[in-house]
Amino acid sequence: MIVELGHFALVLAFVVAAVQGTLPLAGAHYGVAPLYRLALPAARLQFLLLVLSYAALSAAFLQDDFSVRYIAQHSSAALPTYYKLAAVWGAHEGSLLLWILILGAWTFAVTLFNRGLTEVFLARVLAVMGLVAAGFMLFTLATSNPFERLFPAAAAGRDLNPLLQDPGLTIHPPMLYMGYVGFSVAFAFAVSALLDGRLDGRWARWSRPWVLAAWVFLTIGITLGSWWAYHELGWGGWWFWDPVENASFMPWLVGTALLHSLAVTEKRNAFKGWTVLLAILAFSLSLLGTFLVRSGVLVSVHAFASDPERGVFILLFLVVAVGGSLALYAWRAPRIRSTGVFDFLSRENLLLINNVILLVTMFTILIGTLYPLALDALGLDKISVGAPYFSAVFVPLMLLAALAAGVGPAVQWKRSSPHPLLRRLRAPLAVALVAALVLAAVFGDGVSPGVFIGAAAGSWVLLTTALNLGRRLRRDGPRGGLRSLPLSFYGMSTAHLGLALFIFGVTFSSAYSEEKMVHLQDGQSVELAGYKFVFEGVADREGPNYMSKEGRVGVFRGGEPVAVLHPERRTYRVQSDAMTEAAVDASPLRDLYVAMGEEVEGGRREVRVYYKPLIRWIWLGAMLMALGGVLSASDARYRVARRAVRADSARADGSARAGGAA
Amino acid sequence: MNRYNWIVVVFVLLVALLAAGLRLDPTRVPSPLVGKPMPPFSAATVHAPQRVVGDGQLPGPALVNVWASWCAACHHEHPVLLALANDLRVPIYGMNYKDRREDAVAWLGRLGDPYIFSVFDGDGRIGLDWGVYGVPETFVIDADGVIRYKHIGPLDDDDVEQVLLPLLADLGAGRAR
Repeated sequence: MIVELGHFALVLAFVVAAVQGTLPLAGAHYGVAPLYRLALPAARLQFLLLVLSYAALSAAFLQDDFSVRYIAQHSSAALPTYYKLAAVWGAHEGSLLLWILILGAWTFAVTLFNRGLTEVFLARVLAVMGLVAAGFMLFTLATSNPFERLFPAAAAGRDLNPLLQDPGLTIHPPMLYMGYVGFSVAFAFAVSALLDGRLDGRWARWSRPWVLAAWVFLTIGITLGSWWAYHELGWGGWWFWDPVENASFMPWLVGTALLHSLAVTEKRNAFKGWTVLLAILAFSLSLLGTFLVRSGVLVSVHAFASDPERGVFILLFLVVAVGGSLALYAWRAPRIRSTGVFDFLSRENLLLINNVILLVTMFTILIGTLYPLALDALGLDKISVGAPYFSAVFVPLMLLAALAAGVGPAVQWKRSSPHPLLRRLRAPLAVALVAALVLAAVFGDGVSPGVFIGAAAGSWVLLTTALNLGRRLRRDGPRGGLRSLPLSFYGMSTAHLGLALFIFGVTFSSAYSEEKMVHLQDGQSVELAGYKFVFEGVADREGPNYMSKEGRVGVFRGGEPVAVLHPERRTYRVQSDAMTEAAVDASPLRDLYVAMGEEVEGGRREVRVYYKPLIRWIWLGAMLMALGGVLSASDARYRVARRAVRADSARADGSARAGGAA
Repeated sequence: MNRYNWIVVVFVLLVALLAAGLRLDPTRVPSPLVGKPMPPFSAATVHAPQRVVGDGQLPGPALVNVWASWCAACHHEHPVLLALANDLRVPIYGMNYKDRREDAVAWLGRLGDPYIFSVFDGDGRIGLDWGVYGVPETFVIDADGVIRYKHIGPLDDDDVEQVLLPLLADLGAGRAR
């Protein structure tokens, strides 16, 4: 019964979303107030219905209702309660429902935090989001209904994929979806602004906190995914350039570019058309990612069970949503006039360079991801593009980005004269080069060029960011101290520091990691990077829905005990997959990582040990970037600014209605 | 033609590519062994540890199905194999991959045995030669012992109807259909 209620709530939500997506648009176009005023209550009702629908599916999971096909396939009675709730988004159908719920939540948030928006503009934003929601709900109901009953009911569930039974992974998809779907707000703002015909600094100021929020979630989501892969796949890797990873990374790159170009649009009233395009692109890439993951066109560890019918539907949706908004852009963009003027050497140009680097990076990844598909479609060959390609194009581009990140904040808006700039940057450049030389020499035997360049880039970003912060504090500080600078400045500095740490982490962990794979008997040991790993045997342990062989590995350095690690080999009862749970001794400067494999002949076990210097810095850096986003989004400017525009927006509202849609 | 139309053009090309991609099956990885004679082996069977069989004792056209008692997908495809063997009289040889003999015997006893015999490959050495990387896998071999086709993953009725049976008929397996 509760399942049917959930299904019914989803159908109702679809109807409401369809109303929300159409009537208010017409109302906004013809200036009919009763119609465009529908948008707000419809958006709230739609969210309420989605919460009901989602709660119903979760309740059915908790009750082990195996008469529901989706639950029978992805849960089991023995699954711990926490994972039952996480299993709701453990596969295609339920994760789609989560996607829609999150879209509903973002829409609901827009209905709450919209001070300063005109009523007409708000109606357009909500309508665009309603159209997106209606499309996804139709997709769910028509091709991927999680509420479908199974007759006869299954006696037992087939359990959640063991790979997904990990705390890090359970929160990875919701975070990622918060990011993906969050870009829909900026997308809706951009489309509404194009429809409205008035693009100005206010539009950028409204969009920016939403973009920051979505970007923060996406950053956290990707980081969690990377951390999970490191921990759970048992190979000590943290990024695999898998098509689905790329699908999440491309919107991130465009989102990052969007953040930077929004700064220019907001403060300097320049790059307007470009910023709108980026806003459309960020969400379009989220949709493209959805298509790649769920249609089965690409092989990936993440891909859901493929179904051509689903693929056709999403492709059609992609054509309507992305094609429609791009066509609107191509039609309206020629009328957008940017008024800000700037010299060659100006912050505007540096941010443009940042945008170009990020976009080029995105395109190289897009090409690498779609190239195998193109070859296959032309019947030429079956290939896969792997890490060598991506590393070769990604690393140099990121070095350029790091260079720009050091220069950009030191340059003034509008125009900068080269001499003071050079004087200012000379010292950090020299120090960064020397520091890199020292670091590379201390860590390795001899200086390797790759490590030198990476360490120089990291030091450069670190030093320039710190110097810039210090200079601003000296200039504005004496009176107000630390609080005299806006939060968004701290946000930028934190995010750039995160970039620096990330570069250090990637450079040193990829250059100086060591690994060994050995077969060990109880009591035997292996030496790696000055550490001695003693294999002390295996014990049986029983989990709620799995059996585990738990190894015990003592780690010593110079005879002193460092850690005791417990790598596991789990066999899940229902799906009988063997899973590796690596054990990690983490510290800021290095990780010691032990993964245990199968038993080999003679009672010995395959044991892999890894030494990974500075690998934590990769995730720490990414988390600092996210923290920077949070700080920027909390900047008082957005709250104050909204209050300030309220007055003149009332006037604008009247003129919009009188003139209809420009 | 305004200067922004290229964006729409790029998008149309992308959609065309994705639409073409939808009609392809990315999991179909061609095996380098297709068109080559089956790799030689010599091993005991699951049911009789003393009985040693080799590649010469697999007269084609026939199917060679790689399975294991620990493999959930094998459980799933088992009824399809039983139907093939019992109703359509297609000869199927099993290759019991990285398994324990007693588990394998019990599994066949419980679910039914579609195989003429199953080669016991407990340590996976034969599987290595055959390029097995996931269980189940199914090879089609012809009368000369040449591998003609390889299917990865569990077989379903569509695979049987649309691929295996026509291919076996071509290879002259008169009894198939």
